[in-house]
Amino acid sequence: MSPRRTDAGGRVDRLRTIRFTFDGAPYTGHAGDTLASALLANGVTLFGRSFKYHRPRGVLTAGVEEPNALVTVLRGEVREPNIAATMVEIYDGLTAVSQNRFPSLAWDINAANQLGGKLLSAGFYYKTFMGPAIGPLKSTRFWMFCEHFIRRAAGLGRAGTAADTARYERMNAFCDVLVVGSGPAGLMAARAAADQGARVILSELEPHFGGSANWSGETIDGMPAADWAARAAGQLEGYDNVRLLPRTTVWGYYDGNTLAALERVTDHKERPGKGEPRHRYWIIRAKSVVLATGSFERPLVFPGNDRPGVMLAHAAERYANEYGVLAGNRIALFTNNDSAYRSALALKKAGAAIVAIVDVRTELSSEMRELADEAEAKSLSGHAVVATEGGKALSGIKVQRFDMTNGALAGEARSIQADCLLMSGGWSPTIHLASQAGAKAEWNAARQAFLPPKPTQQWIGAGAFTGSFSTAEAIAEGRAAGLSAAGGTGTPTALPVVEAAPGDPDPAPVFEIKADGKSFVDFQHDVTAEDVRLAHREGFISVEHLKRYTTLGMATDQGKSSNILGLAIMAEALGKPIPEVGTTRFRPPFSAVSIGSLAAERFGDLRPERLTPMHDWHVANGATMYSAGLWYRPMIYGHAGETIEQAYVREAKATRESAGIVDVSTLGKIAVQGPDAAEFLDRVYTNMFSTLAVGKARYGLMLREDGLAFDDGTTWRLGQQDFLMTTTTANAGKVMQHLEYFLDVVWPELRVHVTSVTDEWAGAAIGGPKARAILAACVTGTAVDNAALPFMGIVHGKISGVPVMICRLSFSGEMAFEVYSGAGYGTHVWEALIEAGKPFGLVTYGLEALGTMRIEKGHVTGAEIDGRTTARDLHLDWMLSKKKPFIGSAMMDREGLIAPGRLELVGLISLDNQPLNGGAHIVEDLDEANPHDSIGHITACCYSPALGKYIALALVKDGMARRGTRAHISDPLRNRFGPVEIVSNHFFDPDGSRMHG
Amino acid sequence: MLITCPYCGPRDVIEFTYQGDGNRERPQPASQNLDAWNAYVYDRLNPAGDHNEIWQHSGGCRAHLRVVRNTLTHEISSVAFARGDHKVAARHKAEGKT
Repeated sequence: MSPRRTDAGGRVDRLRTIRFTFDGAPYTGHAGDTLASALLANGVTLFGRSFKYHRPRGVLTAGVEEPNALVTVLRGEVREPNIAATMVEIYDGLTAVSQNRFPSLAWDINAANQLGGKLLSAGFYYKTFMGPAIGPLKSTRFWMFCEHFIRRAAGLGRAGTAADTARYERMNAFCDVLVVGSGPAGLMAARAAADQGARVILSELEPHFGGSANWSGETIDGMPAADWAARAAGQLEGYDNVRLLPRTTVWGYYDGNTLAALERVTDHKERPGKGEPRHRYWIIRAKSVVLATGSFERPLVFPGNDRPGVMLAHAAERYANEYGVLAGNRIALFTNNDSAYRSALALKKAGAAIVAIVDVRTELSSEMRELADEAEAKSLSGHAVVATEGGKALSGIKVQRFDMTNGALAGEARSIQADCLLMSGGWSPTIHLASQAGAKAEWNAARQAFLPPKPTQQWIGAGAFTGSFSTAEAIAEGRAAGLSAAGGTGTPTALPVVEAAPGDPDPAPVFEIKADGKSFVDFQHDVTAEDVRLAHREGFISVEHLKRYTTLGMATDQGKSSNILGLAIMAEALGKPIPEVGTTRFRPPFSAVSIGSLAAERFGDLRPERLTPMHDWHVANGATMYSAGLWYRPMIYGHAGETIEQAYVREAKATRESAGIVDVSTLGKIAVQGPDAAEFLDRVYTNMFSTLAVGKARYGLMLREDGLAFDDGTTWRLGQQDFLMTTTTANAGKVMQHLEYFLDVVWPELRVHVTSVTDEWAGAAIGGPKARAILAACVTGTAVDNAALPFMGIVHGKISGVPVMICRLSFSGEMAFEVYSGAGYGTHVWEALIEAGKPFGLVTYGLEALGTMRIEKGHVTGAEIDGRTTARDLHLDWMLSKKKPFIGSAMMDREGLIAPGRLELVGLISLDNQPLNGGAHIVEDLDEANPHDSIGHITACCYSPALGKYIALALVKDGMARRGTRAHISDPLRNRFGPVEIVSNHFFDPDGSRMHG
Repeated sequence: MLITCPYCGPRDVIEFTYQGDGNRERPQPASQNLDAWNAYVYDRLNPAGDHNEIWQHSGGCRAHLRVVRNTLTHEISSVAFARGDHKVAARHKAEGKT
């Protein structure tokens, strides 16, 4: 048996031993333990080092609000930092490590930071690292220089670099009543709502339902509260209309009663079950919500309150009653309220000696004196703890007489030996979700706490959340809330009877004991009471400024244990009551949310993919696939031993010498149909389409309303009222939405229907000197010669028995044809074309060769139509019709869009015969040490087999006028500098003789 | 936030795409009044309260809707087809009805 484990009690299964490691050392615990309870049971008190001063820290709480005991959990190569040890359920093989220490947790070099405590106070970095006004480290450069070292010394856990291999999923849920929190109030609410027939979801962030009933030691309906809770939860399981969500944190309350929750499905398991995600992100739409989220116990602020062994009173009570673990053998308590007396008695019953109960109040009720007597504790009323003793573990405390009316200490300090000090500074209702939902919290002077505001959305509070801290009140409020939320009316049946220790819920208004030494307010960010006062002295008196200047409440725990204390100390410094200082509004998330759960199916094996009909053929025939948005497209069809460049150069060269074929199924395809279709196209394209003959295609350009270029593509007139528009792959969705907007909102009188048919057609582009011969060899039902199929002509025929539509158009600059067939026949037609092409040396080519040939031709794509360029910048002004208005026509001639100095499309040739890089800047004068005065940038680049040179397309200031001049590439990130010549973007076959044939 | 699409019923906002301020008026296509075009392309109302907006049910029926939304509470007080009854009117005209 472990040194601190009690013989009986709690919900841990003493027959099941779990093995895990912490900082490499092996430990054992029991099923049901958290990492915190298991380590405490093993006598471990040192859990981590603090953020700024590297002070040794133990565990402060037993739940989600833990600021100190943060660990990193390792799963294979994947590391997840900053997890509260109180929230980690142990499993066989769990590997956890402590954080922010070097070289080890026990011996930490940076603990020397404590000696410079005055230096590292609030605003230290702002003040110290301003840097000199001149010189190499002037102003912020000095900070950037120092930051590297500071970041290493201060901080939390280190993020991993390995890809997260876990699966995450997202779930939408709807219910009549969502109950958040499953303490006595939540259980009663869920039951009452379920009995009304409402669809109920009950969420609990812990693994077990029951909340405080699991450790309060109270009796409900004649049985231990924990058993009562287990029975109540078990009964709810039998309801068809109730969904129980354990390990689920409701972290966001959004408008329309939409709540976000994170379910930790498999974090507590050695490995996930089949198909189980790690986390599930719930989006819950609830008609009404019962908030039964309980309350957090507050620490007290006094010197040395952060020493390992100092803990919240209820936390120790919980470790004893729920996990069978004693936080210490000789326990002292320090309190400003009655709840600590119950904790003292519980720990006494569990086997610890209670050496003293130090209470700031002089007057104690007779009930509290009786509880103290029963715990055999020395009652020190009108006293305060002024120091703690010990190194990495508590050895004793110092107490002094204390006058709570003025905060004065008097008399000699005396020492009391103790290995554990429990503190209780009152309780703060967990109002985070209510605050997120809208209104401001209200200060209650009796409870010394912010209570939830009046609901602005459909929620009802119950239990400690409302400031009703007794279990009897929680049970009554819970049932009433559940009934009301389900729209039912109360039937006056008897409520469960609670037997509990007495106690006044109102604490004394004491938050801090002012004595020499560091008194921590925010444990996780190492903010002391003195830091708060310093901020006040320096003028940061607004609570929002205080928060940002001291970083109070800005750590991963979001100040769950520190916010009220910080406010109280600031209020005292200002000489104002707490409600006048105000509080910051809580924002989502309530506690940390995995980014993976938010990404859910958008990432990993659930991410949707778009595959062309010929996808499997490409993969089977050696294509290296490339992801473009959701699409997968062949990049190259590499031969053994080829580099990417060798492969695409071979493919492009073969296409220009004989013929090549490429899958163009990803192009956006929109059917534009109706009596006004031609008129509509005249309005959306810059050039005319009403004059286009049936059976012909035309290249079109669209502008945005602001006159900048939007998208380009060919549109085919298949019938008088029937057009097939093609768009770039990337813009297919945007163009569709653009057309729909104009038809629905701007020109509803036009009789036009648009339909996305991208997935209905498979497309293959076949180009090169032999392309026509290949088609002639396999197409039946139509001729493909120049007369039947002139440039931009369309014919219908068959290939291998399958109907196809063929348009003669060219992106590669060769004599080329796009062959479209029904998507289901895509591979069949593709294979027939490949077969027909064999005698002619037909090659397959991928995106790289496609890009190379388009760069050689100087065609534009999304890299040049980048949302900043105009038609003129891209030398497409010949497409701007003067005969009609079109979208963007009124705005395209604005001053700034026709002024000199715009970036214009040009070609670049590398003069040092070295590759060029996309995104590299272009400069007139090369200055490698201090690059400046960019005149443009490269948008696309390749090795051109047709020219035998490295070439690029670029957008260059006044580019037209610079043709024939020289400039330089300046790419300091990739250390690439070199001379280039600026030329026309039409590198190859500028008069188009090859494609016209 | 829920938007009640006249075709599809109440649906979550993730099914919709915001398509801009519904108060904008597009000048006549041939208009050369640059001030009017500038107002249409760039000027947006930003009221604290009810706002006329265009939303597209892009994850559903793809209809554009005129929505009145309170920018402070996200309360939606009215939803109507952006097309109005133009489509019906056009069909009636084509069929010779009045």
